Amino acid sequence: MKVSKTYPLKLNVNGEWKKAEVTPRETLLHVMRERLSHTEVKEGCGKGDCGACAVLLDGKPVNACLTLALQADGQRVVTLKGIGTPDKPHPLQESFIKKGAIQCGFCSAGMIVTAKGLLDKNPKPSREEIGKAISGNLCRCTGYKKIIEAIEEAALKLRRTKNDRR
Amino acid sequence: MEYIRPQNLKEILHLMKQWKKKATLIAGGTNVIPDLRARAIRPEVLIDISQLKGLSYIKEDKKKIHIGALTTVSELASSKIIQKWAPLLSEAANQLGNPLVRNRATIAGNLADGSPAADTAVPLLALEAIIVIQGGKEKQVPIHQFFVGPNQTVLKRDEMIKEVIVPKCNPNAKTAYFKLGLRNSMAVSVVSIAVLMEMEKTFCKKARIGCGAVAPKPIRAYRIEEMLENHELTERLLRACCETIGKEISPISDIRASKEYRTEMASVLLKRVMKRVTQ
Ligand SMILES: Cc1cc2nc3c(=O)[nH]c(=O)nc-3n(C[C@H](O)[C@H](O)[C@H](O)COP(=O)(O)OP(=O)(O)OC[C@H]3O[C@@H](n4cnc5c(N)ncnc54)[C@H](O)[C@@H]3O)c2cc1C
Ligand code: FES
Ligand code: FES
Repeated sequence: MKVSKTYPLKLNVNGEWKKAEVTPRETLLHVMRERLSHTEVKEGCGKGDCGACAVLLDGKPVNACLTLALQADGQRVVTLKGIGTPDKPHPLQESFIKKGAIQCGFCSAGMIVTAKGLLDKNPKPSREEIGKAISGNLCRCTGYKKIIEAIEEAALKLRRTKNDRR
Repeated sequence: MEYIRPQNLKEILHLMKQWKKKATLIAGGTNVIPDLRARAIRPEVLIDISQLKGLSYIKEDKKKIHIGALTTVSELASSKIIQKWAPLLSEAANQLGNPLVRNRATIAGNLADGSPAADTAVPLLALEAIIVIQGGKEKQVPIHQFFVGPNQTVLKRDEMIKEVIVPKCNPNAKTAYFKLGLRNSMAVSVVSIAVLMEMEKTFCKKARIGCGAVAPKPIRAYRIEEMLENHELTERLLRACCETIGKEISPISDIRASKEYRTEMASVLLKRVMKRVTQ
């Protein structure tokens, strides 16, 4: 059997630099889950159809299963945990819980990451824009309505806190 | 498998010359990664060009738009320059895959992959784009000569796409891209049509039509273009066009749709696009 060569990888995950030795075939999804213990990045279809594996790569939501780990070398990766934690939840996380936008929860990490990518770029999205932005994220449980409402509410809250600070 | 991340164009070309068939270029990786996993390709070396910022740009001069090979499909969709001067391309870019895929997928990857359904190829055919290929020396290939057959293009093993040049669209031109997939988002098209028309009231001065997934490669519908160009647009002419499109295409049956369904849908789609551009 041929042994694949490994290469050094440096990733900034949620603000912290992490290192690993990886083969060229390994996806960012695999490395995040299996080597860096970031199991909040979910594995669904493994081929770009479900969005469960979404992370922000240099600020943009992408499928970690469609990115090689080495392609992310030297870049910033943000996962659900980098957006907020149980002690310090992000408004998106709060509104997802409050609005009942989480049922089985399998899609939630990817949804919230994708929504964060949207709100960073567009703080005041319309419902239609929200719907379009999450069209690569599948949810089998909620029917999307509550998810869209939760994102809308979080956007409102974020705009308010921003205005308060001025 | 080895992995190399060249730092500039010169290095990429050198590596491609050195490794030839054994190498695969990887840009966004949205085609290459699934192919690697399925073992549909077995390269000895991956040449990763995804981080070459110098090949990611959208610039304009007086008559043309220059799009760097690594420009992502999201960037095509949101670029003010493209929205203004080639809205047909941004409209189509917005329908490729899904937003997460679009953040990785590049224009050159979409073209080089050579899928008959490639969503940037179809509008670029109607826009008469030019592909800038860099190998030993640089050459420019009109897009209608770029595709050869299913997943085949004129690109040689030691050549790559460097840039796509799009002539600026006449601001009065009417354009539209319609795509029929199996599901709304993320579906590879079953049939797609891009239309560009320059009209003077009801007289058609110019017509360009690109079609996807209805032949072994993305094609221009030359016969329909001729029927429309320099003619008064009437209901009757439009009906004749929708009937003729079936003769111009050579669709196949595959897991997504049958040949008959594709032919029927091409006609329906043409009718819808024409309705939109002539309204
Ligand atoms: C879930 C999903 C949905 C999709 N939906 C669609 C869709 O609706 N419509 C559609 O058209 N496509 C779709 N695709 C296919 C794919 O995303 C696009 O074709 C994309 O544009 C490919 O670009 P890339 O940068 O990811 O290419 P890569 O995968 O990196 O490369 C593709 C091919 O191009 C070659 N290549 C890359 N860059 C260059 C270059 N500069 N010069 C020469 N060769 C080069 C590579 O060697 C490879 O052979 C989908 C894919 C997925 C996973
Ligand atoms: S696991 Fe990545 S999109 Fe489904
Ligand atoms: S909550 Fe179950 S898939 Fe979305």
